[in-house]
Amino acid sequence: MGNEFVPLSLPPLLIGCLAALACALPGNFLLLRRQALIGDAISHVVLPGIVVGFLVTGTSSTWPMMLGAAAAAVVAVALIQLVHRVGRIEPGAAMGVVFTTLFAAGVLLLEQSDTSNVHLDVEHALYGNLESLIWLDATGWSSLLDPAALVWLPPELTRMAVVLVLVMLFIGLLWRPLAISTFDEGFARTLGIRVGPLGLALVIVSAIAAVAAFDAVGSIIVIAMFICPPAAARMMTDRLLVQVGWSALFAVASAIIGYVLAGYGPLWLGYSDSVSAAGMIATVSGLILAVAAMFGPVRKGRAA
Amino acid sequence: MIDIGYNATLVAIGAGLLGVAAGVIGAFLYFRKRSLMSDAISHATLPGVAIAFLVMVALGGEGRNLVGLLTGAALSSLAGLWLVHWINRNTRLGEDAAIGAILSVFFGFGIVLLTVIQTIGAGRQAGLESFLLGSTAGMLRADAYVIAVGGALALIACLILRRPMTLVSFDAEYAATQGLRPGRVDMAMMTLALAVTVIGLKVVGLILIVALLILPAVAARFWSDRSEVVALLAGVIGGVSGAVGAVISSLAPGLPTGPIIVLVAAALFTVSLILAPTRGVLAGVIAQLRFRHRVHMRQGLLALAHGHRVHEGYTLRLLRRAGLIRADGVATSEGQREAALAAQDERRWTVLRGRPEAATLAAHYDGLTPIDTVLTSDQLTELDRLMKQGSDHGHATIRRAERGRSDG
Repeated sequence: MGNEFVPLSLPPLLIGCLAALACALPGNFLLLRRQALIGDAISHVVLPGIVVGFLVTGTSSTWPMMLGAAAAAVVAVALIQLVHRVGRIEPGAAMGVVFTTLFAAGVLLLEQSDTSNVHLDVEHALYGNLESLIWLDATGWSSLLDPAALVWLPPELTRMAVVLVLVMLFIGLLWRPLAISTFDEGFARTLGIRVGPLGLALVIVSAIAAVAAFDAVGSIIVIAMFICPPAAARMMTDRLLVQVGWSALFAVASAIIGYVLAGYGPLWLGYSDSVSAAGMIATVSGLILAVAAMFGPVRKGRAA
Repeated sequence: MIDIGYNATLVAIGAGLLGVAAGVIGAFLYFRKRSLMSDAISHATLPGVAIAFLVMVALGGEGRNLVGLLTGAALSSLAGLWLVHWINRNTRLGEDAAIGAILSVFFGFGIVLLTVIQTIGAGRQAGLESFLLGSTAGMLRADAYVIAVGGALALIACLILRRPMTLVSFDAEYAATQGLRPGRVDMAMMTLALAVTVIGLKVVGLILIVALLILPAVAARFWSDRSEVVALLAGVIGGVSGAVGAVISSLAPGLPTGPIIVLVAAALFTVSLILAPTRGVLAGVIAQLRFRHRVHMRQGLLALAHGHRVHEGYTLRLLRRAGLIRADGVATSEGQREAALAAQDERRWTVLRGRPEAATLAAHYDGLTPIDTVLTSDQLTELDRLMKQGSDHGHATIRRAERGRSDG
């Protein structure tokens, strides 16, 4: 069992879990701040970002593309603010204006440039390639202790782990100011918390998580994980710390169940091929949300 | 006239009609602050498209019938719409979270179904991916007819429902007294948005169709404050984007229809953002500069009137350029006259603001507006008479006012 599981399924499972966690954790704060759709916007503008990163550097290596994506996310956030403030357009519509335009520009750039020799297309951007993140050097569980094999772990795994640590550090170190400014911005200001920069930092950290996760698993998981686990967790408790805990549990559960269902579900039903793991993980997170929305103890708000 | 062929012309006409309908309905969504609802609607179409394909194949059909696929799209996005509504009403989640959850989950599920179709339909390329980004290349003539007729029908429905939607958008309670049911009108509005989305799937694609519902409306909003005008303009902008975008994309390969249409709309939005009168960025900058000019001019003149020297650089330049002071900072004769007028204006305002019965008129005071644009000449004469009468009292008021200003 381990002989096949460790090289073929363990890395994608781990990467899926890490990506889900990295998105779900900041998602809690975005949800409470009514910025839930920022994740949606960011995941759309990642496409033009990676295309521009590719065109500028001419290589399809990861770092230029990730930098391009991160830059695009920051540009998009700045543009949304600009359209909102300067044009006096309500935030939702401002977001819609910016991310659709940038996404359209990204698709056009992609079609116009010669990217045929690179694995860079819209479908890849949407679905990711979770299933292909395999670890061929592993022969079984023992490989986890074998330095020679560990070197050949998919680089996405290391990257995602680093980003998750970064996200956890950010949330852990700034827990109090983040929590206070999320629930009562005015009060946070009187305490001397710099609400504006803190909010921007949250968005940037979310963008980093989104870009890293996008690279590994595609944008569907990113959007779903930013919203569904935190939303389901919100039905379970009124306490922020507990909510974050629930959201982490739901995120990991979605990733594992979704991956297993996508990989093995069709086999159980008698088909030979697997279905999209990214799509299935998003679907499972939706089912978890549906159950929480119907039976969660505080689904209708404060149980008073 | 560019010859783009019969099909492409049909598509361009259809995209234009669709754009007009999308612009108009998008304007109403924008008034109701529900623009992003269209994002949920559009992403929620994907599972429906896939299921419709599977059903049609299971029934022995070819699976590519556009009407069948669009019917599936409409049904599943209706389910998505209903779920957003349900989450919003029955849980503590806000509308934004509900929209995000529905769009990501439906889209994810749709992708799962697409991979299922790829698996079972090996050898028979379903081409359903074209619904993601829209594609008019190689479109069947029947499909082009469906789009053109659908666009026209959506537009007609928009025109019929124009008045109730306007009423409900701005004053739901008043609309209710007029015998309308705001809930129903809202539902009709959403259904129309859904219809536009579904018809636009093939041309613009489900990821970008939301742009056609948002961009024209937001662009139009810059040009007018009147809802009817905004809706009309949004229709024009949407129509132009759709038709021009479809034509451009048919001219060369590698110009995908959906993105081109969106970029045309985005260009029109940018032009509106910058150039629109009063609400545009350029108008704002000009107004700001003009305001600054007036403030400095006024303060400079008042300083001259009181015999103070002006030290601030911008004010000096303004006064010098207008020929009101000499190079050494001393007022010219014209400068003295202007300064005296400014000082008189300020004194008149002070007296006016000291009189409780003139409170409404005095509210026009902002330190810049000349008083003779607010009062009639009769009122001015009366004011001057009062000033002369209560000269002692008046001076005291002025002094007090000036002290107040230098303190502040």
